[in-house]
Amino acid sequence: MRGGWLKIYALAYLVFLYAPIALLPVFAFNDGTIIAFPLRGFTFQWFAELGRIEALHGAVLNSLMIAVTTAILATVLGICAARSAARYDYPGKRGVMGFIMLPLVLPEIIVAVSLLVVLLQLGLSLGAWTVILGHVLICTPFSIAILNSAFQNLDRSLEEAAVDLGETPWSTFRLITLPLVMPGIISSLLISFTISLDEFIIAFFLTGTEPTLPVYLWGQLRFPQQIPVVMALGTILVALSIILLTTAEYFRRRGVARAGGKDTGGFL
Amino acid sequence: MTKPIIQLQDVQKYFGDYHALRGINAEIDEGEFFSLLGPSGCGKTTLLRVIAGFEDVSTGRVLIDGKPMEGVAPNRRPTNMVFQSYAIFPHLSVARNVGFGLRRAGLTKDELGRRVGEALEMVGLSGYGARAAHALSGGQRQRVALARALILKPKVLLLDEPLSALDKKLREQMQVELIKLQRQVGITFILVTHDQEEALVMSDRIAVMFDGQIAQMDDPEVLYRRPKTRRVADFIGVMNFLPAEVLFEAGEKIEIEIAGLGRAEISSDQAPRGGGDGATSVGFRPETLTILYDGQQATDREARAKVEEVVYYGDMTYYDVRLEGTDKTVRLSMRNVFGREVLPIGAEARIAWSPGALVLFR
Ligand SMILES: Nc1ncnc2c1ncn2[C@@H]1O[C@H](COP(=O)(O)OP(=O)(O)OP(=O)(O)O)[C@@H](O)[C@H]1O
Ligand SMILES: [Mg+2]
Repeated sequence: MRGGWLKIYALAYLVFLYAPIALLPVFAFNDGTIIAFPLRGFTFQWFAELGRIEALHGAVLNSLMIAVTTAILATVLGICAARSAARYDYPGKRGVMGFIMLPLVLPEIIVAVSLLVVLLQLGLSLGAWTVILGHVLICTPFSIAILNSAFQNLDRSLEEAAVDLGETPWSTFRLITLPLVMPGIISSLLISFTISLDEFIIAFFLTGTEPTLPVYLWGQLRFPQQIPVVMALGTILVALSIILLTTAEYFRRRGVARAGGKDTGGFL
Repeated sequence: MTKPIIQLQDVQKYFGDYHALRGINAEIDEGEFFSLLGPSGCGKTTLLRVIAGFEDVSTGRVLIDGKPMEGVAPNRRPTNMVFQSYAIFPHLSVARNVGFGLRRAGLTKDELGRRVGEALEMVGLSGYGARAAHALSGGQRQRVALARALILKPKVLLLDEPLSALDKKLREQMQVELIKLQRQVGITFILVTHDQEEALVMSDRIAVMFDGQIAQMDDPEVLYRRPKTRRVADFIGVMNFLPAEVLFEAGEKIEIEIAGLGRAEISSDQAPRGGGDGATSVGFRPETLTILYDGQQATDREARAKVEEVVYYGDMTYYDVRLEGTDKTVRLSMRNVFGREVLPIGAEARIAWSPGALVLFR
């Protein structure tokens, strides 16, 4: 019976984890303003309504802009860090890398509050850029983790061979290194984008007058009649996240396979 | 008239505290097939990378074609390298790999295609241009790496254990192909290997390295017949050692007493002035001893021995024999001849040997 209990535990765990998310689409298509069973009928009404809310559109644009910028910045930083970690040895390397990776496990609320305090002390005004700052901080470790495996799997003699055949270090990076780690870069871009798009705490603390999408959503929860619309929006976000993360993982794996390495890292 | 294409002048290399190259002096001639041979960790790869420009020298000088290479980056040196892992670019086709070095040459598409085709033909890979590089076998990757390096017509081709990843059959086949290729293109080859047989088969000249130093640099035959130190002798092929004592030296002649073989006179060129470790001994190769069958007479000297071990190889038989009146065992090899019995363990045998085949280490 030991196996039996384990199975029940695993099942309960999965239900607990995913049932609430599964409820999102259920009520998003439910023809009623109250979130309760029994269901009342099928409707696209809530999705249609999404298209009419001006403030929502502002929040979506704001979030997209922040997510794209964050993804690019975090990935560029990630490339630099992963590359240096794979190629160079310097004193205190482990310590430095450890500190860079720390936000991965640091409670976001702490990052958010401390950033807020510092920014306010400096007398800077909050806005999209402060959210980007916070998001880059938490996305970079993910980016490094993904790119680390890409760079570590890259045989150093490939770069040396290119230099040996007459290329400069820079053209070698462009012709050999970049193409070979490109799947990792795409994966890092997608994951950073997704994290930033969904992130709430930092955005909540650091956003100025223009809320991001999650912050806007949270605001709407105070109005019960808005809840089905929120559900509809949530459904779209979940679907989008799943698609982006799956694509990211696909690229990461392809990168590992291409470099001929063994799959060791990854989050999915 | 050959001239040196590579000159190494007291090359020293430190990795932090670790003294990897300890004063390398060598001149490598144009068109030579030169091998760096030594055990793992002796600095062969480091020396090759110093020549290629991937490592700076700590002190000393590297000259290629008479020009000092200090501060000259690898992409500006007239050398090309075949890496141990072959370093085939996995995202490019075979043709793009081979033509990679010509990217900056400003050739027309046709000209480039022709050069790549020639290079592929040279290594026996005609028609493979469109293949994806990651879909090649080990031997094919090696050929692509060769073609890619040779297409630039370097003055020197550097090869870091290019055959060690191949199985025995393919390795022996590639050895012959490499020798032919080198003769055909006339480029200086510098081959790194830890396989003494490979070095003997392929090279015009071999530098044996231990601990970051060149212990001996000679052509294969001299290296095999007249190793300068016991360590070199031990590293190359099989060598028997017997304790010996120098009785007296007179001009070109040295009179010695060998444990188990007795007195012998050798000439002074059999006693290299190498760095000895104090103990005096003589060395001789297994094939310089011969078992005398009934009716055969030694042309030079004779000794008696007892067969202790027999290793049969088909074309050859190796015997470990104990010299009479001693506890010394030596190995000898006999070519098997049709109709002649292989001696059994325990057999008494007469052995022919010759003082002229001895090397004295002291
Ligand atoms: N970049 C480096 N940093 C520190 N030590 C190094 C470095 N490269 C080589 N060494 C050391 O220098 C020594 C010689 O290395 P090298 O690679 O030249 O040996 P090798 O003769 O090619 O051996 P193998 O047959 O195993 O390839 C080794 O002890 C190695 O650990
Ligand atoms: Mg090596």
